Amino acid sequence: MKQITEPPEHAPRRRWLGVLARASRAELEAAKGLIEQRLGPVDMPRFLRRPEIGMAMVRGRAGGDGAAFNLGEMTVTRCTLQFSDGRLGCAYLAGRRLEESVLVALIDGLLQDRRHGAALADDVIEPLAEALAARRNQRLAKSQPTKVEFFTMVRGDGRP
Amino acid sequence: MYVAVKGGEKAIAGAHRLLAEERRGDPAVPEISLDQIEQQLSFAVDRVMSEGSLYDPELAALAIKQARGDLVEAVFLLRAYRTTLPRFADSLPIDTADMAVRRRVSAIFKDLPGGQMLGPTFDYTLRLLDFSLMAEGKPADIEVPMSASDPMPADAPAQMPRVTDLLVADGILAAETDDGERPADITRIPLSFPADRATRLQALARGDEGFLLGLGYSTQRGYGRSHPFAGEIRMGDVAVELQPEELPFPIEIGDIELTECQMVNQYKGDAENPPQFTRGYGLAFGQGERKAMAMALVDRALRAEELGEVATSPAQDAEFVLSHCDNLEASGFVQHLKLPHYVDFQAELSTLRALRAAHAKRAEAAE
Repeated sequence: MKQITEPPEHAPRRRWLGVLARASRAELEAAKGLIEQRLGPVDMPRFLRRPEIGMAMVRGRAGGDGAAFNLGEMTVTRCTLQFSDGRLGCAYLAGRRLEESVLVALIDGLLQDRRHGAALADDVIEPLAEALAARRNQRLAKSQPTKVEFFTMVRGDGRP
Repeated sequence: MYVAVKGGEKAIAGAHRLLAEERRGDPAVPEISLDQIEQQLSFAVDRVMSEGSLYDPELAALAIKQARGDLVEAVFLLRAYRTTLPRFADSLPIDTADMAVRRRVSAIFKDLPGGQMLGPTFDYTLRLLDFSLMAEGKPADIEVPMSASDPMPADAPAQMPRVTDLLVADGILAAETDDGERPADITRIPLSFPADRATRLQALARGDEGFLLGLGYSTQRGYGRSHPFAGEIRMGDVAVELQPEELPFPIEIGDIELTECQMVNQYKGDAENPPQFTRGYGLAFGQGERKAMAMALVDRALRAEELGEVATSPAQDAEFVLSHCDNLEASGFVQHLKLPHYVDFQAELSTLRALRAAHAKRAEAAE
C-alpha cells in the first residue's frame, strides 16, 4: 500500500478504506462480527446508494511520470449507507463485489463511531492490514529466486 | 446499399444451436470452468482485458469461454459489455514507480538499484513441447521456488526506482512533461487528427497486439528506424486510487496487475539543447510484455513529427496506425463483407455486362 502523507485528519479513514477494499468476503464478515461483539447488534442503516456495479477509467502517465492518459477501464462496485446520526459509510471496490461493498460501507460507518471508533479501527483494521501485507509479501517472495546475480568472466588466455 | 432481407430466422436459430453445441465440444470431455481459464490461460485473459479495454479477469475469462477461444471475438464481447456500465470516476494516474514488482529487466544497465528479476517468464525456456503437461491427473513436478513461510529477504527493496528516472536525473534522457491537462478520451469523443500523445497512447493501449507488433517490428527493420533499447520492463501490482463523490479525499480501491515498457531511443539535440536520448512508452493490463514493448516502439515512432523527424514510414503515420489498430473496428469492417450485398452486386454485374457487350461489339467491328 502507498504511504499516506496527507491530509492528516482523513488519514485513518483513508487507510482503513484501502485495507477493507482488499479484504476477502470472509475477512469482512469476521470484521463485522468483531464489531458487533463490541457494539452489540447493529441496525442496518438506510441505503443512500444501493450497491451498484460500474467502471472507473484507469489513468496512466506517459513515460510513467509525464502527462496523464486513459489506459482503459476497470469494473468497480460502490455502495453508500447513511446512519441515523447522518454518518456516511462508503465503499468503492475494484471488481464486481456487491455483497462486499455493503459490508465495507457498513464497517466504514461503524468505525467512524465517536466513542468506540478509534479503538475498533485498531482492532479490526490492523489484523486485516497484516494479513494483506503477508499475502503481498508471499506473492513478491516468489520472484526473489528469479533475481539475477551477474558475474563477469575475466578474459584470460594465458598471456600475461 | 443495404436492403432488408427476410427469411433467414430459422437458419440463424439453427446456427446458434450448432455453435452452442460445438462450443461445448464432446460432452464426454469435462466442461472448462471460468476459474480454469482465469488461472491457466491467463495470457489470453490479460490480452482480452487490454484490447477489450476493461480490467476484469473473470469477465474476460467468460468472454473467452463464450467465444470458444477466439480472442478478437472475446474482445468484442467485453467491449459490448462495458457499454452497459456507468462510469463512476476517473482514477488518479497510477504510479508505476510504486509497483509491487514481480518481474523487472533492463537491457541497458546490468546493475541497477533494486536489481533485475526474471519473474514468471517464457524467456530462456527451450521452446520444446513439454509432454509432461499431457499427462493427465498427474500434477507436474512443480519446484516451488520459495515456500510460503519463507520471509522476504531483508534487502528486498520496497520500491524500485524506474531506470528512466535515473537517466533523467543524469540529464541524458529527455524528461516527460505534464501540463496537468485532462487527457482526451476516445471512448467519449471519437479519434480525430492530429492526435495528441494522450490520445495516441489510449488508442495504442487498446490496439491489437498483432498489428502493433508488426508495426513495431517494421521500425526495427528500417521503416522509421529509432534505434530502441529496452530501458526497463516491469510487471507487478499497482494500487488504483480514485476520488469518490461522497468523500473529500481519494481512496485506494484495490490493485491491478500491469506491465510497463520504457524504450530508450536514439538521441536528439539542437543548438539550444544538448543531445539526449528520446523515449517510447508502453503499458498493458496484466502480463502483456510483448504488447507493452510493441506499443512503446510505435509510441516512439508516432512522435516523429514532435521530435523533428521526417515521417516516411507507416509506423510514423498516426492516422494510418490509430485508424487501423483497433481489432474490433477492423474485424467489424472486414467481416461486414459477409452481409448481403445482393443489390450492390447486381448493379456491378449489369455495368460489367454492358461493358462486355460494348467490348464484343467493338471487337466485331474491328474484324
